[in-house]
Amino acid sequence: MTAASAPPMIRVAGVDKFFGPLHVLKNVQLEVPKGQVVVVLGPSGSGKSTLCRTINRLEPIDSGVIEVDGQPLPAEGKELARLRADVGMVFQSFNLFAHKTIVENVMLAPVKVRRTPAAEARKTAMELLERVGIANQADKFPAQLSGGQQQRAAIARALAMKPKVMLFDEPTSALDPEMVQEVLDVMTGLAKDGMTMLVVTHEMGFARKAADRVIFMSDGEVVEDSTPEEFFSAPKSNRAKDFLGKILTH
Amino acid sequence: MSVLTNNLDLFLSAFGQTLQLFAVSAVLSLVLGTFLAALRVSPVPVFRGVGTMYVTVVRNTPLTLVFVFFVFAYPLLDILRIEPYTAAVVSLSLYTAAFVCEVVRSGINTVPVGQAEASRALGLTFTQMLGNVVLPQALRSVVPPMTSTMIALLKNTTVASGFAVVQAGNIREQLADQGDNVLIGLLWVALGFVILVMPLTYVQQVFEKRWSVAR
Repeated sequence: MTAASAPPMIRVAGVDKFFGPLHVLKNVQLEVPKGQVVVVLGPSGSGKSTLCRTINRLEPIDSGVIEVDGQPLPAEGKELARLRADVGMVFQSFNLFAHKTIVENVMLAPVKVRRTPAAEARKTAMELLERVGIANQADKFPAQLSGGQQQRAAIARALAMKPKVMLFDEPTSALDPEMVQEVLDVMTGLAKDGMTMLVVTHEMGFARKAADRVIFMSDGEVVEDSTPEEFFSAPKSNRAKDFLGKILTH
Repeated sequence: MSVLTNNLDLFLSAFGQTLQLFAVSAVLSLVLGTFLAALRVSPVPVFRGVGTMYVTVVRNTPLTLVFVFFVFAYPLLDILRIEPYTAAVVSLSLYTAAFVCEVVRSGINTVPVGQAEASRALGLTFTQMLGNVVLPQALRSVVPPMTSTMIALLKNTTVASGFAVVQAGNIREQLADQGDNVLIGLLWVALGFVILVMPLTYVQQVFEKRWSVAR
């Protein structure tokens, strides 16, 4: 894909972000073309989650530009809400609405934001729950489900808005080990279907198998931007070598 | 017993008036108080300022002074004439709303921030987030303090007796005028309030049980 043919789905240019005196994002540059799956790796505190959250402005930035599908992020308000409706997000802690059943969780935004009739929204929600393999849990409350099931419900909830791009903020970090795979399987399926995805994760297996590109962040900077093969077999920077050395030895 | 049976009409009509004052003021103060709480957590600084100002001024003013204002001072402004009964409803509602606001706001603070973030990430506006996600969960956690606020409102209706609005707080005067035993009469009035408060406590238990959704 050439740069001129279409705007990238996500463009992050010269972004800086501070938490008080802490410089968490340092002049970050990143483009994600349509249909690409980009995995962001890095040690904790490297700014990768923050980067993910700036893309739908859950974290405002201090300088630089962020565009989604060619459109710069608007300030807080109706227009930002419209843009967020097109950007799916999956959180580390699921954040399912605790007072609503699983199917109601999936239906809420289509009905309230897209004004989809309830019957149609329910039908779509059930199809999505079928797709992530928890249709039989539709009428339970989030707290009655396992972590893996909750996270799959959260993915279905994001997909119900028919987003142009999906952001995953450490989607498997809060899960028991035996539940990680079921969530990764759903994500791999999405990637195969051509969804544009930005995934912050510690799952190296997923990065190897499903990613088109790997971004390595450290201390708020993008240190490497390469293919998974290149990154895992021949990392260029010492920081990446050090990081891989630590996680691959155990 | 004869104090009660001989004056049953008086007791019934007075407590009827008390109930009516309470019911109307409860509804109005719950609506206004929830709206004020929404202002206080709004992203717009001006709205937050208005909400905070209201609570600071009204919560720190004695209820009697609020009544004095609406019964004696407000008519001097000559804007819209209001009956003593309306003045009582307005005073009780505005006063209780400040307390309801703080109870609701404390409930909002118990809702994990992730719930709001997930709503925003899905494209819900602030009002949609509050109405569909945050408030329904916030109200569940405030049933006990909200019940206390409502019980206080029920008892505060007696302040109206000083301002030409006849209700249970006036029973004593009328009994005294008739030469009945005032002490016994007052005991019956107290019992009347206990009986009125009991359904509120029951409603609290029902809601607590029904809304005990696991997180």
